[in-house]
Amino acid sequence: MSWLTKTLTSSIGKKVLMALTGLFLCTFLVVHLSGNFQLFKNDGGYAFNTYAVFMTTFPVIKVISYGNYFFILFHAFWGLYITYKNKQARPVGYAVTKNQSSPYSRNMAILGTILLVYIVVHMSDFWYKFHYEHLPYVQYTEQLNTGQITHAAMDEGYTQDVKKLETFNEAAGTRIVVVKDLYKVVSYAFQNIGLVLFYVLAMFALAFHLVHGFQSAFQSLGLRHSKYTPLIKGISVWVFGILIPIGYAAMPLYFYFFK
Amino acid sequence: MTSSKLDAKVPQGPIGEKWTKYKSTISLVNPANKRNLEIIVVGTGLAGASAAASLAEMGYQVKAFCFQDSPRRAHSIAAQGGINAAKNYQNDGDSVYRLFYDTVKGGDYRSREANVHRLAEVSANIIDQCVAQGVPFARDYGGMLKNRSFGGTQVKRTFYAAGQTGQQLLLGAYSALERQVGLGAVKMYSRHEMLDVVIIDGKARGIIARNLTTGKLERYFGHAVLLCSGGYGNVFYLSTNAMGSNVTAAWKAHKRGAYFGNPCFTQIHPTCIPVSGDHQSKLTLMSESLRNDGRIWVPKKKDETRAANDIPEEERDYYLERRYPAFGNLVPRDIASRAAKERCDAGYGVGLTKQAVYLDFRFNLINKYGRAEASRLNIENPDLDTLVRLGKEVVKEEYGNLFDMYKQITGEDPYEVPMKIYPAVHYTMGGLWVDYNLMTTVPGMYALGEANFSDHGANRLGASALMQGLSDGYFVIPITIGAYLSSEIRTKAIPTDHEAFVAVEKQVKERLETLKNIKGTQSPESFHKRLGHIMWEKCGMARNEKGLTEAIGEIRELRKEFWKDLRVTGDIDEFNPELDKAGRVADFLELGELMCIDALERRESCGGHFREEYQEDGGEAKRDDENFMFVSAWEYNKESDWTLHKEVLEYENIKIAQRNYK
Amino acid sequence: MSNENMTIHLKVWKQKNTGSKGHLEDYTVNNVSPDMSFLEMFDVLNEELIHENKEPIAFDHDCREGICGMCSMYINGRPHGPLEGVTTCQLHMRSFKDGDTIVVEPWRAAAFPVIKDLVVDRTAFDRIIASGGYVSINTGNAQDANNLPIGKERADLAFAAAACIGCGACVAACKNASAMLFVSAKVSQLALLPQGEPERQSRALSMVAQMDAEGFGSCTNTGACSAECPKEISLDNIARLNREFLGASLSKPE
Repeated sequence: MSWLTKTLTSSIGKKVLMALTGLFLCTFLVVHLSGNFQLFKNDGGYAFNTYAVFMTTFPVIKVISYGNYFFILFHAFWGLYITYKNKQARPVGYAVTKNQSSPYSRNMAILGTILLVYIVVHMSDFWYKFHYEHLPYVQYTEQLNTGQITHAAMDEGYTQDVKKLETFNEAAGTRIVVVKDLYKVVSYAFQNIGLVLFYVLAMFALAFHLVHGFQSAFQSLGLRHSKYTPLIKGISVWVFGILIPIGYAAMPLYFYFFK
Repeated sequence: MTSSKLDAKVPQGPIGEKWTKYKSTISLVNPANKRNLEIIVVGTGLAGASAAASLAEMGYQVKAFCFQDSPRRAHSIAAQGGINAAKNYQNDGDSVYRLFYDTVKGGDYRSREANVHRLAEVSANIIDQCVAQGVPFARDYGGMLKNRSFGGTQVKRTFYAAGQTGQQLLLGAYSALERQVGLGAVKMYSRHEMLDVVIIDGKARGIIARNLTTGKLERYFGHAVLLCSGGYGNVFYLSTNAMGSNVTAAWKAHKRGAYFGNPCFTQIHPTCIPVSGDHQSKLTLMSESLRNDGRIWVPKKKDETRAANDIPEEERDYYLERRYPAFGNLVPRDIASRAAKERCDAGYGVGLTKQAVYLDFRFNLINKYGRAEASRLNIENPDLDTLVRLGKEVVKEEYGNLFDMYKQITGEDPYEVPMKIYPAVHYTMGGLWVDYNLMTTVPGMYALGEANFSDHGANRLGASALMQGLSDGYFVIPITIGAYLSSEIRTKAIPTDHEAFVAVEKQVKERLETLKNIKGTQSPESFHKRLGHIMWEKCGMARNEKGLTEAIGEIRELRKEFWKDLRVTGDIDEFNPELDKAGRVADFLELGELMCIDALERRESCGGHFREEYQEDGGEAKRDDENFMFVSAWEYNKESDWTLHKEVLEYENIKIAQRNYK
Repeated sequence: MSNENMTIHLKVWKQKNTGSKGHLEDYTVNNVSPDMSFLEMFDVLNEELIHENKEPIAFDHDCREGICGMCSMYINGRPHGPLEGVTTCQLHMRSFKDGDTIVVEPWRAAAFPVIKDLVVDRTAFDRIIASGGYVSINTGNAQDANNLPIGKERADLAFAAAACIGCGACVAACKNASAMLFVSAKVSQLALLPQGEPERQSRALSMVAQMDAEGFGSCTNTGACSAECPKEISLDNIARLNREFLGASLSKPE
C-alpha cells in the first residue's frame, strides 16, 4: 500500500476525506444559495433563468459542478461506509444508553441519508428536467434605455439549439433573450404542499447535519485552538445551522405562499 | 551475632565508595550470553516494570507477570505525593548524605546502612530517567522542576506530579516495559498469578502461574526469578492497598526457603479517610504532601459538638505543632499516626465515630497561597474573599485530585471544611530478606521494591517508596544480577516438563482443588475481614504481649475454620475471582501469625512497631539498641513453626541517637 | 451524611465467558448505605449470593481510589455512572435513590471482548502503547532532569493529557467504540514534551495503525468520550492527534 492509500484508509484519513469533501460542499451551499436568491427577484425569472444558463454553460463552473456531483456521492457513500465500519466496532449493543453527546452528532448518517434522498428528489425535479427534458421557453424583452424587462412565454412546441438565444433589435432599442423557463418550473413545483413540506423538513436535516458537520470537519483536520475554535463553532451554528437552511427553506415557502 | 545463613554481601570500603567500586568490579554477562538467559519478573509495579524494561534493554529475555488486566494497573499507580531525590535543586543544603541520613533516622535505625546509601546515591538518576521518559513532573514558570517537602526532612527534595506522582512514574516505567514488549524482548503475561516457585538443585528456576482468564496452570522457566509483588498491608483487610494486593508470591517464596525479614514492621499512615461503616472495603490515603499545607488539630475540649469552622482558633489544639515544634506537621508518619491515636483515645477525636482528627487547609490557603497569588497579581490589600478565591486556585493545582477524591468519598467539600482523617495501614517495611544484591536466601530468587525488607527500617519516610522501587528496578538489579547470572551462562533453559515443574504444578493443583472442595459456608472475603480485625486490634498501631499472644491463637483458630468451612463458588478452570481471593486469604492467614510472632519477639518499640510496654514517659517509642539492633529473618520450617535468624545491623557512618523531631 | 438505607434493584449483565451469549439478570440489594461506594454495594450483593450458594458477579476493580483504571461498569447508560469526572469505584450510593433500578453492563466494543460478566479484555490498549506510546530511552542514558526546561503551560498540558488512566470509558461511551481519546492522550503528552520529539512522527503513525488493527471505530467528533472521561481528558488532544498524524503522514520520509 502506498503511503497515500495507507493514510487515507486509516481511521483518521477516512475522516479527513469526509472533512475535506464536507467543507467543499459547505462552500457549494453558500454559492448555490446566493445564486438561488435570484428567485426572489421580481423580474419574471429573468435573472434566475439567465443565471441557470450561465451555471450550466460556463466551462469552469461546469468542471466544478461535476466535481461537486462526485463529492456529494463520495461524501455520502464514504460516510455510509465509515458508519458501517463503525458499527462493526460494537457488535453487541447496550441495553440502555444515556449518551452525553448531541443526538445530531450521533446521527450524521441518518441525517446524511435524508439529505441524499433530498438531493436526488431535488435534482430530478429541476436539474434533470433542465438538462434532459423539454421545458417551455420564455422570451425576455429588455428596453435598453429604461432597463425595463417584460416577458412572454414561447409557444408550447418551441425549441432552440442553444441554451440562451440573445438578439438585439436596434430599431426598437431592445434586447431579446430566449431561455428555458426554469423559474416557471420552480414556481409550479412549489405549489405542491407535499413537496414544500419535504423541502422544509430536509432543511432541518441540513441544519443539524451542518451544525455538527462544519465544526467537526475542522476537528478532523486537527484545526482546533482555544482562540479560534469558538468562532468556528459560532459559524457552525449561526451560518450553517440557521441562516443557510432558513435561506433555502424560504424558497419553497415563498413560492407556495406568494406566487 | 549475625546468623551464618545471612550473608548480606555488603562490599568493603567507605560508605560513599561501596556502590561505585562494586559496580566496577562486579562480574558481567557478555551481550551474546544475555540473549540466552531468561528472567522471570513477577509484578509490574515500579520495581517490576522498571526491572523488566531495564533487563530487556540489556539483552536478557524477560517474562513479566501481573495479576491485573494490564501492567499499568499495579498499585504503585496510586502513590500520590511524590518521590525523593537528592538533587539539591532548591539549594537548601540537600545531599546524598543527608538523604541517606534522613532515611536511616526516619527508619528508626533498623535498616541496612549500605543499601540506604546506595538508594540515596541513585536517587538523582531516577529523576533524570523519568524525565527523559516523558514523566510530566510539576514545573515552575521558568521550566524547572519543582519540589515540595515531606515528613521527616527539613529540605525540599520531593518531586511530584500533582497528587498523581505514582501514576506518572508507573506509566513511565510501563511505557518502557511496553516498548520492550513491542520489541519482543519482554513477553508479558497479564491476568496471570504466580502460585508457586520451582526450585531445582537449590536454585529458583521458574514459576507456576495460573492464567486467571482460563483458570489453567502454566509453567515458566527462568534462570532467575524476580519477585516485585509489592507489600502485604492487605493482611489487615482494610488498608490503602489495592483490593488485589497480596502476599502470595512472596509467601510461596518464603515457604520454599526465602527468609522473611521484619514481618511486623508495618506503616500506619496518619492521613487517611476514616472508616465510615461495616461495608467498607478499603481505605483511601490522603497524601502526606497535604501536611505541607494542612494543619492537624483537634478541639481542646473533650466531646466537642460544634462544627469545625465554628471552633475559634484559641480552642484548637494543633498537637503536632505543640509537641514537635521543629518538624511540626511534618513529623514522620509513625509519630504523626501515634499522636492522632493518642488524642482520639484521650477523647478529643472528632466526627461521628470520634476516631478522626482535622486536617485544615484554611490557614495556608489564605495566608500562604492566597497572599502569594495576590501579590503576584498586584492586588493590594486583598479582602478575605479574594484571598480565599486565589488560594483555592493554587490549592486546586497542587492537590485538586485529592480534594475531589475526598469529596467523592465523604460527601464533604475540603475547600470549605477541614478534612477528617485517621491513620490506616499503608505500607509494609518488612518483606523478603535480601542481601546487597537484592537476592533472597534462595539462590536465583530476588525481591525488589516493597516486596523486600531492605531500605526503610522500621518506618518509611514519605516519598521514599517510589524512590526505592525505581532504584531497585532501574539501577540496582541490572547490575547486581550479573553477580549470579555470570555463573549461569552454561545453564541451558530447563524444559518445563522437568520433574520439578511437574511436581510443583501438581501441588498447586491439589491446593486449588482442596480450596474448591471444602464446600463450606463462608466466603473468602468474610475470613479476610475477620483476620483483618484481629490484626488491626492486636498487631496494629499499638501492640502488647497479651494481645499478640491472643492474636496468634485466634489466627490459628481462624485458619482451621477457614480450611473447614470455606466456600468457593465457580470452577477451577474458568475466570474465578473467588478462587483467586481464597488462595490469597489462605496465605494471609499464615503471614498474620508470623507477623504477630515477630512483633511479640521484638520487645522494644521502634518506628511503626510500637509495643506499649516499651515507651518513654512522654509516650515516645523506646528503642532497645542493645538487644534489638538486628533484622529478624524468619525461616519457615512447617506450619506455625519458624526459626529466627538475626542480621545484626552496624552503623559506621551514622551516630545512633534517639529520634528527635522536637 | 445520611443514615437511611436504601433498596436498590439491579439488572446486571451475566455472561459465562467470551464465547457464550449473555443476558441481563435481576438482583435486589437491601440495606444499601448512601456512604457505600458502588463497588461496595456489589461486594455486599456478592456476599449474599455466595451465602445463597449462587455465583457472584464478576467485575474488575483494584485500587478503588479512581486511579488504576481497572473498574469498568456501564451504569444506566453511562460509563462509570451518572457523575462527571468519577470512576465507578468513586461513585457512591448517595448518587442514587431508594427503589432505583440500575442497569449495569460491561464496556462493549469488538476490541474489548467480554471475559466474564462485567469483565472485559483491554489488552488492546497495551498493544497500542507497545506500538509507540513511549520515549525510546534506555535506562542510564538520561541527562540531568533540568537540562531541558519545559514551560509551565506546556508541562501542565502534557500532565493533563498524561492523567489518562486507560480505563476505556472513552471507548465504551463512543458510539463508534473509538479509542481516539486514549491514543490522543498519550500522543499529545509526548508530542508536547521535548523528550518525545525525536519519535514524534513515527509514534503518531504506528499508534494509529495499531489502534485501527485492533478494530476500534473512527472518531466522529461527538465528544461523548471526553464528556464521560473520569479524568476529563480534553478533545484538544484528539485534534492534536489528527494534526500529528496528518503532519507525519505528509512529511515523514517513507
